[in-house]
Amino acid sequence: MKDMMYAKTIRSKIVKGTIKSITIPPLPEGYFTVSREDILSKNIVKIIFEDMPYYSTGEINHLNEPIMLVVGSDMEIIKQIVDEIKIEYSEENGVFDESQKTIAYHFKKGNPKRAFKNAEKVIEMTYHTGLQEQAYIEPQGFIVYEEDEKVTLIGSIQCPYYVKNAVVYALGCSSDQVRVIQAAVGGAFGGKEEYPSLIACQLAVAVKKVHKPIKLIFEREEDILSTTKRHPSRITLKAAINELNNVTSISADIAIDGGAYTGLSSVVLSRAMIAVSGAYTFENLEVLGHVIKTNTVPNGAFRGFGAPQMFFAIEMFMHHIAKETHQDSFAFRMRHIARQGDKTSTSGTFRDPILLEDLIRVATEKSKYHSKALAYSQPGIYKGIGMSIFLHGCGFTGSGESTHIKAQVKLLKTKDGLVHILVAAVDMGQGIKTTLPKIVSQILEIPIERCIFNYPDTDNVPDSGPTVASRTIMIVGGLVARAAKELKENWIDNLEQIVTKRYVQPSYIKYDESKFKGDAYPAYSWGVSVVEVSVDPITYQTKILNVVSAYDVGKEIDERIIQGQAEGGIVQGIAYGYLENMSANKGVIKQKNLTDYIIPTTLDVSKMSTYILDNPYQYGPFGAKGAGELTLIGGAPAVALAIQMAINKNITKIPVTPEYVMELMHDDD
Amino acid sequence: MMMIKFILNGEHVEIESDPSRRLLDVLRSDFNLIGVKEGCGEGECGACSILLNHHVVNSCLLPLGNIINQEIMTIEGFKTTKRYQIIEQAYIDAGAVQCGFCTPGMVMATESLLHMNPSPSDFEIKIALSGSLCRCTGYNMIIEAVKIAAERGEGLW
Repeated sequence: MKDMMYAKTIRSKIVKGTIKSITIPPLPEGYFTVSREDILSKNIVKIIFEDMPYYSTGEINHLNEPIMLVVGSDMEIIKQIVDEIKIEYSEENGVFDESQKTIAYHFKKGNPKRAFKNAEKVIEMTYHTGLQEQAYIEPQGFIVYEEDEKVTLIGSIQCPYYVKNAVVYALGCSSDQVRVIQAAVGGAFGGKEEYPSLIACQLAVAVKKVHKPIKLIFEREEDILSTTKRHPSRITLKAAINELNNVTSISADIAIDGGAYTGLSSVVLSRAMIAVSGAYTFENLEVLGHVIKTNTVPNGAFRGFGAPQMFFAIEMFMHHIAKETHQDSFAFRMRHIARQGDKTSTSGTFRDPILLEDLIRVATEKSKYHSKALAYSQPGIYKGIGMSIFLHGCGFTGSGESTHIKAQVKLLKTKDGLVHILVAAVDMGQGIKTTLPKIVSQILEIPIERCIFNYPDTDNVPDSGPTVASRTIMIVGGLVARAAKELKENWIDNLEQIVTKRYVQPSYIKYDESKFKGDAYPAYSWGVSVVEVSVDPITYQTKILNVVSAYDVGKEIDERIIQGQAEGGIVQGIAYGYLENMSANKGVIKQKNLTDYIIPTTLDVSKMSTYILDNPYQYGPFGAKGAGELTLIGGAPAVALAIQMAINKNITKIPVTPEYVMELMHDDD
Repeated sequence: MMMIKFILNGEHVEIESDPSRRLLDVLRSDFNLIGVKEGCGEGECGACSILLNHHVVNSCLLPLGNIINQEIMTIEGFKTTKRYQIIEQAYIDAGAVQCGFCTPGMVMATESLLHMNPSPSDFEIKIALSGSLCRCTGYNMIIEAVKIAAERGEGLW
């Protein structure tokens, strides 16, 4: 692009405090700084909870908080200017414990008080989960330019309309003055859900000042140190056990660390809380949840969105209860699995058939779970096999789809019979560029080459909602399928035709968000993962030996795409459980690059087998439900249970690093 | 600044530049070869992999001054070969590509492996690709693609 400018972000060097002064050297011609003084309207990133400024207000709440941009044509000169800008701070002590609570939720199912009063035995445990970095291989980045008054942003993003709405809010302009185009996006895993809106707002303000195109691409270190990650959690679970050794009630106290600003944390918390029952049914529940505020980089969306933390805790806990009550863990878990017609954690109903028994049978047979579990329970073998059972609510939590998103899709048939699929959903590797045309081509009975899906541009596509929450195929794809059916019925050759469809909630879905009461999700996908490991008793390193998973995702639209989601998802989930170690010490994240934040390589993966059982969902296209997040959720509990078996010690936190294994193995209590 | 000559995708090229610049930047900005990606800038992720005299290297760690008179091949140059076509089809058939950001680097690592070892074992494939990070696939479908390519391209390497 002609006259392209580059930008670099100046970030806070302290964890908490205020800016006393900023000294900017005389700038060469054509170089600018852009900060809060240049803001035209609001200094807030429009996300669900609006508390995060995009240029520091002067109050610093975390390390590497963005203060200003330096913009100019030569990156070397920009870097010099960045070095010469002096900022003085007045430093304060940060908070890193649970003392600052920003969000508090609470709900109940049944009568937990009575269940605990009548309990034969009460068992309690506390679990901890760590940070996880999305580690998308392509870092964050945008190009922004201005034409007449209109601001156009091209970015590596998951949610074109989130970015557009945030920029409209930040500039205080009309909606037609902002255009957002999705560039080819490298896998995002939630990391490009809400975070890009912050950079977009900064750049929109900058382009209004310099009136030239600007490109801002993060370097890896900057990306790791300043963008959102998976929330660390502390989950305390208490179970009431009756005389039959069954769980009659669970009481849960959940705290997730939102970091310095709330962002999406309230929604992450609610998904974690709703997942409290795991894939089991408990008659009575008491669930308390908090988002805590710490002076650490804000945390945000990451594939699974609160569920991976909760599933780790409940799966370990179920195993622990079985052990404490001297029961066979498998039989104990089987007695509690959710069945069709059961009440969900939020007192809704599992209406559709549940194939858990079949999924468990397939996964345990193919992995030889039972015989291996027996063999590995002998001392001195240092091998283990772990099974996790899980579900994932498809789409937005509660009435999100009908009250907040209101997805809209459009099909445009041209005179020469090409059908353009106009949606805001983004292909970031999860394959919707294949699956959406496949859905349309099958319904219209036309070749797939005649079904066109281009990267979304908000000037051309309606707001079909963000590319998140495993909703693209089930919700957006479902609407596209309905539109295609209507187009088929009214198809007229040689005529341009447009069909628009808007989301309508199935009438049976009723949910009270404030009370956590009713059907939190329209449908659920289910899975079982079995992971087999060996642990080296000298180096304490874990090696993954085999992975077997079985899933119910309704109906797969494309077998290979589902296999890709399944393998990629579980590798991320297993790595969350034992390999990926990110920690912060008083607000300073210790890992800076892919050199010290280790994600799996080819040498860390084993053979993986995936089995899919059909269980079509009536409102999904061809019966499809969500799949993208489900496959990650079972990884951490399965690998942690396997390691637990291999070393015969109780695991209560992830990641299960070699250091943690060493500690456990040397602990003779 | 100095004049640096090298062979890029089969053609003799020269460029007046600072020899300490990263080859990655030279390829992307001066030659517009944007199939070479930057993922980490530290030689960990392999997204910037290219061939230096047929061997896979990270172009983010290679200063321009080190490649005088050497042969550099990027995905854009490799694309014109029969071997590329075999690898491309194998990647498609195995479902080895999700977001595609790591793919150019993976393909260059695949070519480098098959050039040295036309019929690699599973473990040799894993070693050869271990310098390229993929966050989407979980790798098994990529390993499968390399096996398919080795089989179909028998005699080409």
